Amino acid sequence: MSLSSLTKDWEPMSYGFLDASAKREIRRKMLKAVAVPGCQMPYASREVPMARGWGTGGLQVSLTLVNPKTTVKVIDQGADDSVNAASIRRFLARVSGAPTTLDTLEADLIQSRHRIPEEKLRADQVLVLQVPNPEPLRPVQPNMSIARQMHADADYGRMWLQLYEQIVRSGRVMQGASYPSLVNGRHVMTPSPIPRWDVPKLHMAEHLTILSAGREKRLHAVPPFTRVEPLVFDDVPYKVEEHGELICGRSGAKGFFMNEIPQDDGTSTYEISDSDYGVKTIRQAEGAQVHLGETWYKNGELS
Amino acid sequence: MTIALDAPRLVQAQPLLTAQNVSKSYGDVQAVRDVSAEVFPGEVLGIVGESGSGKSTFLRMLNLEETPDTGTYTLDLPEVEGNLFELDRFARRMLCAKRIGIVYQNPHLGLLMNHSSSGNVAERLLVAGERRFTELRERASEALQASEFPLERLDAPPIELSGGMQQRVQLAKAIALEPALLLLDEPTTGLDVSVQALVLDTLKRLQQDRNITMVIVSHDLGVIRTLADRVMVMRRGAVVEAGLADQIFQDPQHAYTQQLVHAKL
Amino acid sequence: MTKVLEVQSLTKGFTMHHLGSTLAAFEQISFDLQAGEFLLLKGQNGAGKSTLLRTLYRSYVAQSGQVIFHSRHGTIDLLRAAEVDISLLRREEIGFVTQFLLARPRVTAEALVAEPLRMAGHSAPDALAEARKWLAEFGVKQSLWRAYPTTFSGGEQQKVNLARALILPQKLLLLDEPTASLDSQARAALVARLAELKAAGTAMIGVFHHPGDVADLIDRVIDLTPETTPDEERNDVVV
Repeated sequence: MSLSSLTKDWEPMSYGFLDASAKREIRRKMLKAVAVPGCQMPYASREVPMARGWGTGGLQVSLTLVNPKTTVKVIDQGADDSVNAASIRRFLARVSGAPTTLDTLEADLIQSRHRIPEEKLRADQVLVLQVPNPEPLRPVQPNMSIARQMHADADYGRMWLQLYEQIVRSGRVMQGASYPSLVNGRHVMTPSPIPRWDVPKLHMAEHLTILSAGREKRLHAVPPFTRVEPLVFDDVPYKVEEHGELICGRSGAKGFFMNEIPQDDGTSTYEISDSDYGVKTIRQAEGAQVHLGETWYKNGELS
Repeated sequence: MTIALDAPRLVQAQPLLTAQNVSKSYGDVQAVRDVSAEVFPGEVLGIVGESGSGKSTFLRMLNLEETPDTGTYTLDLPEVEGNLFELDRFARRMLCAKRIGIVYQNPHLGLLMNHSSSGNVAERLLVAGERRFTELRERASEALQASEFPLERLDAPPIELSGGMQQRVQLAKAIALEPALLLLDEPTTGLDVSVQALVLDTLKRLQQDRNITMVIVSHDLGVIRTLADRVMVMRRGAVVEAGLADQIFQDPQHAYTQQLVHAKL
Repeated sequence: MTKVLEVQSLTKGFTMHHLGSTLAAFEQISFDLQAGEFLLLKGQNGAGKSTLLRTLYRSYVAQSGQVIFHSRHGTIDLLRAAEVDISLLRREEIGFVTQFLLARPRVTAEALVAEPLRMAGHSAPDALAEARKWLAEFGVKQSLWRAYPTTFSGGEQQKVNLARALILPQKLLLLDEPTASLDSQARAALVARLAELKAAGTAMIGVFHHPGDVADLIDRVIDLTPETTPDEERNDVVV
């Protein structure tokens, strides 16, 4: 028996890029976050070969969760093909050997920036959202120590006050993305800058969502079958973007969240934000054998 | 002849507020020494004294913002019992939000200067759990109206308002939930004399219409004389004299009180 | 006859700390007062007549003595009673009538007069109706009822003040020169009201510049002039 037979061979890096202790810390924090839905858990946030603010929080969670059998999908504002999404996907595959996919239905792990796919996620899938600012109270309480006390006391009157002010000034709630939502009836969280359209998808969802902010070093979670209720007044209902009637100019898909494409003549056309769903719709129209999964919205209405 | 706290009683009235032997030091400075007070429902207690007499510190303790080194504080309310100084942060916050209103001398302490005036009032209702927009707006308007705030300025932010108007917003905020106790810390100091009279008048009316129990702190004897039923004179953290307002002003016993009353123009 | 007040060895002086001196007002005064009795205090200026009234009302602090008041709640020494009780008695049983009105900005004359009734628990419409009756009785012009007394002349203010002070029948009424500078109509109304209250059992202690105004009401006189032991006189003696 020699020392070399007891130890591993030298490798240029650990499996999945992060060292074991970093992954262990993130795993623990994820478990905590799942145990207290919506509550922010601080973590160390290691260096990864990407600038802070470009999805390092999501990447660290993905690197921790990934194994050689995990099928990985990465999207950026719904698109699989943006530079950021493509490079994160390639990085994840290179350091873990995990297979990648563009199809939501095939993925085990979906890292996303600012969107939730239109096809319903299943209990065996994990959604990782990149979060720029995890603290919903920041706009109303710049002092983070006091903000934490407010979370502890469930002191969220100021959040409603913010909505009140918006209605008073503009006649409606102006909050677009990052709509503050009450998780499990206890903690208010920011769902990351997903559009209002996507927030109801988190409510009582089958899948686990981990939201992670690398620059701010905090992560929180929405476990499966957990209530996620956007903060609203009892008499001013929550409204999603009015995209239900819009038709994608490229795929013909209707009733999903769209990107607006301004035209030279001043009008706009629209294109479906979930690019893979758009691709599948086009293939289906061309007669290919495509499996379109069940969607959260049907004919533009939440089902 | 002084009146003892345990003076014989004709009627067994229960004080709303009882503070006993409250003392607090900051380092070597004893800000409040052994102050005791009782306030009965519907009564207005005035606390006078010069700057640094400890009167504002005492008031902040009544608002549970400060905890004394020693002493007890009870309110005769169904939802609380025992020494309020022993309540934890959460219980204090809920009690203050729901049952105690305060108006500060400096509106910046009490108001969100860039939010709407109605929103400032609505915040208190939100803390108490009101979640209907129309209801919030209505009740905020009512409270502002009761404070004689011009309703056409309902949504103007306090930063754009005059000092007198800012005090009215604070007052509306303080009374929005019909508090059991209203605390006023120099509510008219720094206002023009004419505006001061209007704010005092509003306070007086509110007191009479709603029979609110108040503790008002001021170095201005005129303010105390206008509002208070009973007066406590403080100096260097201690109470030098306490009595019925007319007695304090007409027949002050303590040398310091005499000096104070006679210095009044 | 039921006793209302028993004053025993009442002594009052003022300590003026800035002069380092004390000023005696009166010493060792004792008297009883029955329900429906009218007691006139007389003496030179400075003899302590108003001081005695204010001491009984607890606006002034006495040095020693006892003032036993028979309240409907029980018997209590006014000099030592808790302030909350004094406030209660002032609301319900002891009235103090001066010539000065404590007018408040933006409170109408009728509201001011109705206030004692409101505080005693009468309904707003009843209190207002009663207030208007007494404003009329004391000769306050109807056009002024809904105006603010802060702007009134001294005479009109005094009428409002009397209406307010006498609207609620009380057990003990302390009168501090209420007739000074009143016109004859108001004075007649005042005397009539006092007679009515007296007949209904209100005990009164009064200081009057011109006791002739209320000569018919006086039962007893106490002379507070110093150097003479305060002795009681009958009202058949020339005042």
